Amino acid sequence: MNLHEYQSKRIFAEAGIPVPAGRVAATEAEAVAAARELPGPVWVVKAQVHAGGRGKAGGVKLCRSAAEVGAAAKGMLGQRLVTPQTGVTGLPVNEVYVEAGSAIARELYLSLLLDRERSRIAFVASAAGGMNIEEVAEKEPGKILRIDIDPAAGLQGFQCRRLAFGLGLAGPQLAQFEKIARALYRLYLEMDLALIEINPLIVTKEGALVALDAKINVEANAMFRQPALAALRDPSQEDPMEREAAEHELNYVALDGSIACMVNGAGLAMATMDLIKLHGGEPANFLDVGGTATADRVTAAFRLILSNKRAKAVLVNIFGGIVRCDVIAEGIIQAVRQVGVEVPVIVRLEGTNADQARKLLAASKLSITVAADVADAAIKAVRLARRGKPR
Amino acid sequence: MSILVGRKSRVICQGFTGKQGTFHSGQAIAYGTNLVGGVTPGRGGTKHLDLPVFDTVHDAVAKTRADVSVIYVPAPYAADAILEAADAGIRLIVCITEGIPVNDMVRVKASLANSRSRLVGPNCPGVITPGECKVGIMPGFIHKPGRVGIISRSGTLTYEAVFQTTNVGLGQTTCVGIGGDPVRGLNFIEVLALFERDAKTAGIIMVGEIGGTDEEAAADYIRRHVSKPVVAYIAGVTAPAGKRMGHAGAVIAGGKGTAADKYAALEEAGVATVRSPAELGSAMKKALAAKRRRKRRV
Repeated sequence: MNLHEYQSKRIFAEAGIPVPAGRVAATEAEAVAAARELPGPVWVVKAQVHAGGRGKAGGVKLCRSAAEVGAAAKGMLGQRLVTPQTGVTGLPVNEVYVEAGSAIARELYLSLLLDRERSRIAFVASAAGGMNIEEVAEKEPGKILRIDIDPAAGLQGFQCRRLAFGLGLAGPQLAQFEKIARALYRLYLEMDLALIEINPLIVTKEGALVALDAKINVEANAMFRQPALAALRDPSQEDPMEREAAEHELNYVALDGSIACMVNGAGLAMATMDLIKLHGGEPANFLDVGGTATADRVTAAFRLILSNKRAKAVLVNIFGGIVRCDVIAEGIIQAVRQVGVEVPVIVRLEGTNADQARKLLAASKLSITVAADVADAAIKAVRLARRGKPR
Repeated sequence: MSILVGRKSRVICQGFTGKQGTFHSGQAIAYGTNLVGGVTPGRGGTKHLDLPVFDTVHDAVAKTRADVSVIYVPAPYAADAILEAADAGIRLIVCITEGIPVNDMVRVKASLANSRSRLVGPNCPGVITPGECKVGIMPGFIHKPGRVGIISRSGTLTYEAVFQTTNVGLGQTTCVGIGGDPVRGLNFIEVLALFERDAKTAGIIMVGEIGGTDEEAAADYIRRHVSKPVVAYIAGVTAPAGKRMGHAGAVIAGGKGTAADKYAALEEAGVATVRSPAELGSAMKKALAAKRRRKRRV
């Protein structure tokens, strides 16, 4: 789960990490009032959306008067901001963050995240801050510093010094940096985070370190023990279909193709998409119904994938382990009757009680195409989707 | 022969009396697994499924000499359960639980490095040696004792590989679902090493996924240490690239982790790769036949 910049900065401030003075505003008047309260003479108005790349998309404006702050806020609030990370529909801007301007001498990059290869939490830092860090990593990997942390020993002073010297910091900045790094590591563990990213971490003209941006991602598996963070969730920033899927414990990702898929298990779901493509089709979605699918969940899944109007065929691929295929078959029959499916449905059921399931489908008299195996299912789905008319 | 588990394994179940533990323990017993008891704190001294229940893993090990534990404990308590099993000297810990906080697993992984226990999972279907010992949630009946070792990051895709190798008549020595979580116990390399040493395993099927660089590391290991034919499939060629968390993760991986990278690394290591998951069984059969022909010629 992502947090907004203003939420992340509040957490930073409470943890002793320096951030510019700022106020969140939901209206033009609030933005103007915020600018009057904050030290000038320059302010920055930033659209609060769960995506990066805001600057180039017009979501960050430098202002030289309270009136300009008001105008910038008015221009952003109620609009949808489209950045390279949001997709074409963009994300709604319901709040802006008004911040006192900073005098920037240098821009650094600092993040804390999981190093999968070493199974440890790691700092990634670079003197090339303010830029797309992926590009830096690709073109100038020598500019990326990283250290990983022994979970038993914790973050060590020498590790902070290596990063700080590597970033070209000196004098009192070394202690400042260590304080920030230690606070970040503590937050990462205490709040069960999956990512903290500061891009840029600036050195001001006065030589002080300040977090000019703040991105926090909370690990989904740990939400159960982070009620304070769960309360910061902003559903307006989530894809409505993905949200509905999550409510039914379905794992759904919308795609651009014409063959809707319903599969149990993430690996098999990806493999089904690969097969559709291999046989000349395009998947309309990724959908994992999970290991314990019930008839009701199957119905909910059908509703979800058919609400995508591009879908010209539905491919169901279930390998029943814990899930009994006869239960899935009942779910499919119930769904086809209740939802009123107008496109061809291709079903491949294998595993526990697969024979019973095939009999149930045959006895239902519904026009369901039963596939012999996983490749046959993909081939049939691609053929039937081609024949189908756009709805 | 087989790897990790067999007829002699003495298995206990942590989270024994819960819904998952009860159902899958029943299935394991029916399959013929040597289940010797279970652990549920506060229920020690009682019986469940006609087997003794213990308060702690230490008690269970003392009374039953268990050497394998399968964990169905809910995610908030699963890391604790893994560490308890390791502390009690369990040789093989199989954690089925899905949704364990990653930071918990970072601690567990570091702690296990100093123990003699091996961990499979979490978030995995488990380990099965067909006809002998089923430790996990896989449907037993699709398996058949045979000659192929299977390693997979995905649950249902493992079943697909099992089903196909059964249908083409090869069967399996042992199937290991290593799990889909970013921080996990055994990885491809450790399991590949075990299969390479196992006399009965003639060939190995490896099922990977996009993300991380474990498949690339496995390819490097195969090139240097594995003499048996390996067939591999990587799921996620068509997965959308934009669906990832933040962009800093890709920095660590150095921009690696795509299906194309993984296929290239595996092919360079001499692995027979398939682009269709429906061809895993037939490709393995072909690879084994080719090896037999080569041997005859020599």
